[in-house]
Amino acid sequence: MNDPVDDVETEAAPLTLPLDAWHRAQGARMVEFAGYMMPVQYEGIIAEHLWTREHAGLFDVSHMGQLVVSGERAAEALEALLPGDISALKPGRVRYSLLLDENGGILDDLMVTNRGGEYYLVVNGATKWDDIAHLREHLPDEITLNHLEEHALLALQGPKAAKALASLDLVPAFEGMPALDALTFMQAAPFMWEGRPLGVNCSGYTGEDGFEISVRAEHATALADVLVAMEVVQPVGLGARDSLRLEAGLPLYGHDLSPETDPVSADLTFAISKARREEGGFPGAERILALLAEGTPRRRVGLALDGRMAAREGATIMSGNESVGVVTSGGFSPSLQHPIAMGYVDAAHAEPGTTLEIEMRGKLLPATVVPMPFVPHRYHRKGDRP
Amino acid sequence: MSRYFTQDHEWIDVSGDVGTVGITDYAQSQLGDITFVELPEVGSAVGKGDSVSVVDSVKAASDVYTPVSGEVVEVNDALGDEPEKVNADAEASGWLFRLTLSDPSELDALMDEAAYQFYVASL
Repeated sequence: MNDPVDDVETEAAPLTLPLDAWHRAQGARMVEFAGYMMPVQYEGIIAEHLWTREHAGLFDVSHMGQLVVSGERAAEALEALLPGDISALKPGRVRYSLLLDENGGILDDLMVTNRGGEYYLVVNGATKWDDIAHLREHLPDEITLNHLEEHALLALQGPKAAKALASLDLVPAFEGMPALDALTFMQAAPFMWEGRPLGVNCSGYTGEDGFEISVRAEHATALADVLVAMEVVQPVGLGARDSLRLEAGLPLYGHDLSPETDPVSADLTFAISKARREEGGFPGAERILALLAEGTPRRRVGLALDGRMAAREGATIMSGNESVGVVTSGGFSPSLQHPIAMGYVDAAHAEPGTTLEIEMRGKLLPATVVPMPFVPHRYHRKGDRP
Repeated sequence: MSRYFTQDHEWIDVSGDVGTVGITDYAQSQLGDITFVELPEVGSAVGKGDSVSVVDSVKAASDVYTPVSGEVVEVNDALGDEPEKVNADAEASGWLFRLTLSDPSELDALMDEAAYQFYVASL
């Protein structure tokens, strides 16, 4: 996402999301993104970015598609479309996966949560209508696909997120469901907040500890209000969401991922479960398994730049006089105070430590291949939160 | 000294045959946090409307066009370490470059402050 304003071209007038008026009242600058009016920033991107790394940021990501896949053998049905081991995903567990086309090209990246027999999917806003069409076409008739259009999605991210959410005294929605403080990264549970149901996933797109909270549209404003009333929580827009995810090394669909990229080149092989590598049976399996065995000609890497001038999407990556790749995301890192980028480079130049140059506006910017994330992840995996 | 504005949100202060150029406060507020400013070379000849400088914000890079033709005689080197000066003080210490005007009649096509304010209000 180089510039959210230009991300999606829609001819229809943009739609509004449940928190539209709330964002405007918070002083947001609204832009069109994925067909919706969305807050790009409130106070300023750098301030919101750093606030999220130090405290807790509240993001409205209601443009994303929230889908529920249910029915007998729903896991197997999803496995025909994704390379993840969905049948081994336990209730209350979340997995990152990829919607693949028949060649193994990436149609979207998504989160799959086992909600106890049914699967809750969160897909990208810009691709959700295509995803829904793809799922409807390919899922068997006995599988039901519901689009939760009456739900907003809020993300609360940052080292203070857990404490902030805990102060709402959420009650497990059903007996036997875990308490909020028992949730670790990539776990999920349903809660009641003063009688209002919330679906809480311990996950996010910033590299920080935090939660993604599915809430009925009519309760979204009340939830956002009570959260930002806390001293440690401030609203954060799409601009900082992008710079945070870039620092976390997380790819953005439509920029770092596309139908032309496969999971191996994209360095997302962790999303191809071990069992699926043995069994295959997902779209493009033959090609992807061959790429896994033999390697890919290009690979998604992180690039750290000297100076202050940022490399942007589309910039050519050079090694001497030779073009060896292209930047797919880039910008100034507020945490590191220098520019960073992601791109695809020829395998011969993909090892960390390799020095390259990026061509920007007639200049060659020195860049070094570095491991991602650029800023260490601070997910809450086990044990007590600090 | 007179100040003129362009529709691309640059300002130019003219004193004698030297003009000082920057981006407007409105422009910096639209761009957001500025992280890098690429300045023209001192001594370079520039033509009215040429992209001579680039202002990088967290999100995107934006061209700055020179309001008039001339020769660049000075650039604001302080922006190298403190590009955020453009956010803090766009229409004074956040200036970008100075040039000698080769054709002062080009100023006639620019807006004065009142016209620019009216223009921004209409955006």
